[in-house]
Amino acid sequence: MMETSVQYAWIIAILPFIAFALIGLFLHRWPRLSAALSILAIGIAFLISLLVSLAVFSSEGNLVYEAAARWLSMPGLQVDMGILVDGLTAVMLIVVTTVALLVQIYSLGYMHGDPGFASYYAYQSFFAGSMLGLVLANNFGQIFVFWELVGLASYLLIGFWFGRNSAKEAAKKAFITNRVGDFGFLLSILFLQILFGTLNFNGLAGEIAGYTNTGILIGIAILMLAGPVGKSAQFPLHVWLPDAMEGPTPVSALIHAATMVAAGVYLIARAYFIFSSTPQALLAIAVIGGFTALFAATIAIVQNDIKRILAYSTLSQLGYMVMAMGVGAMTAGMFHLMTHAFFKSLLFLGAGSVIHALHDEQDIWKMGRLAGKMPVTTWTFVIGALALSGIPPLSGFWSKDEILLGAYASGHIGLYILGTIVAFLTAFYMFRLIFVAFFGSGEGGLKAHESPAVMSVPLVILAVMAIIAGFVGSPLMNNVFAHWVSYPGAVHHNPSLGIMAVSSLVAVAGIILAWAVYQKKMVNVAAVKTRFNGLYQLLYHKYYIDEIYQWLIDHLIDGTAKVLFWFDVYVINGLVNGIAALTGMAGQVLRYTENGQVQTYAMYMFAGIIVIIGLVMMAGFAIVL
Amino acid sequence: MIDLTAYLLLGTVLFGIGVYGVLSKRNAVGVLMSVELMLNAVNINFIAVNKFVASSQVIGQLFAIFIIVVAAAEVAVGLALILAIFRQKKSVDLNDFNLLKW
Repeated sequence: MMETSVQYAWIIAILPFIAFALIGLFLHRWPRLSAALSILAIGIAFLISLLVSLAVFSSEGNLVYEAAARWLSMPGLQVDMGILVDGLTAVMLIVVTTVALLVQIYSLGYMHGDPGFASYYAYQSFFAGSMLGLVLANNFGQIFVFWELVGLASYLLIGFWFGRNSAKEAAKKAFITNRVGDFGFLLSILFLQILFGTLNFNGLAGEIAGYTNTGILIGIAILMLAGPVGKSAQFPLHVWLPDAMEGPTPVSALIHAATMVAAGVYLIARAYFIFSSTPQALLAIAVIGGFTALFAATIAIVQNDIKRILAYSTLSQLGYMVMAMGVGAMTAGMFHLMTHAFFKSLLFLGAGSVIHALHDEQDIWKMGRLAGKMPVTTWTFVIGALALSGIPPLSGFWSKDEILLGAYASGHIGLYILGTIVAFLTAFYMFRLIFVAFFGSGEGGLKAHESPAVMSVPLVILAVMAIIAGFVGSPLMNNVFAHWVSYPGAVHHNPSLGIMAVSSLVAVAGIILAWAVYQKKMVNVAAVKTRFNGLYQLLYHKYYIDEIYQWLIDHLIDGTAKVLFWFDVYVINGLVNGIAALTGMAGQVLRYTENGQVQTYAMYMFAGIIVIIGLVMMAGFAIVL
Repeated sequence: MIDLTAYLLLGTVLFGIGVYGVLSKRNAVGVLMSVELMLNAVNINFIAVNKFVASSQVIGQLFAIFIIVVAAAEVAVGLALILAIFRQKKSVDLNDFNLLKW
């Protein structure tokens, strides 16, 4: 039963698409029915995923199932649609279906009474189907198709409340920013097809292993990296993710924290045979990831919007995962992806619960004293924050430790130190949020009430996952995760107690600092703000990256557009209109030869005949005859 | 015996006179008559070439008869047109018939 279940893995991706089509075509007038169908589809997908994953995991990752159907065929180009189920896919299947199922159930409460309830569930199903198609894909062409589809789902859901101007703008920003990265990704796919004639993962892995032109491989790897940099919001294409918080909070939890933004990390893992063959590309990945992790963590410290803090935290953690990929710890990166999906969606759903209770209040300084009013939300949120901060024995501790260990053991000491600093900052900004919003002295939280069970039960389930999900990758369970997800030539380092101790200590230090500053008020925050006003403004304005991009767009792109517009108007149009004008003028002049006299026309005719006869006689009769 | 050249020469001269008439006559009836001259020049050519060159003795004569018939019809149509224009313009001078211009 279990081993044969992998053959039906394709159903996992099809089910949500069927739900999407049915809701979109027939059921959109019945919101409750739409929601029920959507949840049913993802629920069944979850059960099948469970069977498939159990089959794969129980074989310790040795079970690999691949099946494909020819989609289109022409000379020199064969495109397949197929599925590939291995340990990597199984982990993603579990993560995506679990979080999607819980988020859809949670949304029953959060989106209750929204006029777009049915279409919300249609989009949710569409997203789930696309994301599952992405993780099941067995070739780059297919992964690109679903890559774009999840981008579309993200666009639709960010702009779900399109009546708000900021939501519309954010949706467009997300879509366009992703387009930049996807362009590089598409180019790399085209290069792979041209060079190797196949896009199949296993086929390419074999081809690249024997390929020696490293220059071209580096080029392909760097182009392909542009895709994850866009989708997983790494510097410098990170600008869309914080703005994506304009979408409904469950969407932020599912798409912009747990699953879709992790697709970039998944792609790096899936295409690891390309990246791992070029140390230069790996170094680029590690540097981008490490930089993003630190960069976003520093911004998160000074933000006031609860969702934005979490968004920058997501950026920072994605940077962590990407950095792990770059230092050769692919397994650790995927492990962190999994644990992060659980605790970050928990945090977002908790934030959603707070925002829902406070009627769309998102400023943490206008909250406070929530702990007494919303016990379930508060304590699950604290568990999520502890997991994110890396407090043992919660899930985040094990995965973060694996990454730091990978960075340390691979010789990137700088990245290890950077990662440790980020761990400190993470604990600090998360507990700044908690001490201000949940335990702070503000009055804002007093009118809050606990969310309904449909919202709090998913929180509890995710909190349990946030606690236990890490054990699969811990020494306590013999690190079975490393057997599920790995790559040929992976080096696994033995856990180091020293690194564990250091990362736990800095996390605790961060929490204590936040407690001292924001709970005990041992430091005057306002004074520090004024003292380091320049730095504060720099962080508060997110290093002015948005402003820089705006300036670039205003001057560089608009300037280029102006030049091209001038060229279009005066050169292209001039050429086209000039030819037309010339023809018209010639007509104006020549029409005076038409005087209406039949005899004149006859004269031209005879003159013409004489000319022809003259030509024929000069050329000799031979030609005519 | 008069040879072929003489007939062809006669046809050419007659055709030339016809062309000159068509191009220079101001009177529409005169132009019509000049056209008849050109047609008859062609007839002479047909008959002469048929007599001296062709293997079959009837083809050229047949053509000439066809041309005479067509010419008769053409004159009938042409005169009818000229009459119709005359009723409008009270003139048969071709310089007055210049509607087909810019």
